[in-house]
Amino acid sequence: MNAFGNLLQTQWDWRAAGNFMFGGCGGALVFMAALMFFPWQDGIPLLTIGLPALALVGMGLLLVWLEIGRPWRFLHVFLHPQTSWMTREASVAVLLFPATLAAFVLEAPALFAAAALLGLVFLYCQGRILRASKGIPAWREPAVVPLIVVTGLAEGAALLLVLLIFWPASLSWTLTPLLSIVAVLLALRLIAWRHYLRQLAANNAPPAALKILQGIDAVQVVLGNALPLLLLVTALAVPALRDPLALLAAVLAMAAGWALKFVLIARAAKVQGYALGELQRGRPTIKPPVRREKDRFVFSRD
Amino acid sequence: MTRYVMVADLNRCVGCQTCTAACKHTNATPPGVQWRKVLDVEWGEYPDVQRLFMPVGCQHCADPPCMHVCPSTATGQREDGIVTIDYDLCIGCSYCTVACPYQARYKVDRPEFAYGDEPTETEAKRFDPRTIGVAQKCTFCSDRVDAGLEQGLKPGVDPEATPGCVNSCIADALSFGDLEDENSNVSELLAENTWFQMHAELGTEPGFYYLWDKEPPATQGDMHNADD
Repeated sequence: MNAFGNLLQTQWDWRAAGNFMFGGCGGALVFMAALMFFPWQDGIPLLTIGLPALALVGMGLLLVWLEIGRPWRFLHVFLHPQTSWMTREASVAVLLFPATLAAFVLEAPALFAAAALLGLVFLYCQGRILRASKGIPAWREPAVVPLIVVTGLAEGAALLLVLLIFWPASLSWTLTPLLSIVAVLLALRLIAWRHYLRQLAANNAPPAALKILQGIDAVQVVLGNALPLLLLVTALAVPALRDPLALLAAVLAMAAGWALKFVLIARAAKVQGYALGELQRGRPTIKPPVRREKDRFVFSRD
Repeated sequence: MTRYVMVADLNRCVGCQTCTAACKHTNATPPGVQWRKVLDVEWGEYPDVQRLFMPVGCQHCADPPCMHVCPSTATGQREDGIVTIDYDLCIGCSYCTVACPYQARYKVDRPEFAYGDEPTETEAKRFDPRTIGVAQKCTFCSDRVDAGLEQGLKPGVDPEATPGCVNSCIADALSFGDLEDENSNVSELLAENTWFQMHAELGTEPGFYYLWDKEPPATQGDMHNADD
């Protein structure tokens, strides 16, 4: 392909990036908290875990609301669940808030399970939002979905670790296994990140986008994944140093995830550009417009 | 059935931007918004340098990614293939803009006019406050097409039923018509010439065909838009 004019898209700026950073982390925090405290017999602290998670999701949505051109029409975002991952993300968010609040207040296992599932689906929707953006090669790459999901989970687990260090829950035994889970998620994130970069290069992403993403590769690998991984292993091996090492590892893991998403959304989002195509001969085979049922009703002249 | 498409003959286009000006005059788009524009494309190394002019805009895809991602159903598609935007439904989230592989969509957040704060006569007549804060793009002049059809005229043949950019082209490089009609101007042009669709590999089935007779350079990065 010989695409040219791969300029940076400017429609989605730091506010959109904020939704992926905070919203993804918040949704994952709900999921990880529910996972860690299974079978939820003693509940999960609302004030120190539930509310921060919802605050993060809310902050992400608020940032998106600040970015849209017609903010008072926000209810229209729910009109296209058939194919729009943005509608699906918003719908899941609407369910996530009451489900999480109810789960934390009522300490009902079924509600915790529902909240956990919604948190995970919210994160998945974010990955699919990017995947469906055909105009941005760095986003439409299929490997972006596992990257967004696994980095969100790593951030959520890391934040849970921080919260549990500062405000130990009644089930303090969760801290040690959580260290292992964060470590595993960091390893998975590293794999997802490198796989994403390889796929991007293999699929002829715009060189400028590739250069920006490759430019953060070393920091992501060393500071964002390898160093926190090492700190977590050390924390597991040396109980006396567990909390400070785990805290540092968690902060690094979160910062790396947020930095990755910021760069992906606001810096590496080079557009598809223009190109000449493969020459064809003869009258083309016509594919009828896809259209929706609603369009058929509104525009049909029959 | 009808499938309206546009054909741009790159062998004919001289890059005069008359179509760009005609579009701006017809639709009174604000500064910086060009539903139709012509790229000035260069490639090669001196002395073996080549150049072409490439009209671009909304490709009115048969399978438009902008429509699928739109959360509000503001982006729709007519029976004749023209991709539409309902300005009253759009929330201005710009998801369609990042989903469009053709950089065809714009959003302006406040009224802007070509010469300062006051609109020109044309701008005053054509200004639509509903377009502020929402997505906008080429409509294939669907209002002209519909008005022409109501008068029994044929889009692509009768100027009153044909997009402004096509009417204005000094080199007869732009053509508009019904691809389903095998005797239409666009069907005949495509049957008799070699052509390509931009980014056909993305599966969008664009309704914009380019007549061209040379293979593109093989290496990415060779080509550039002289205006960038």
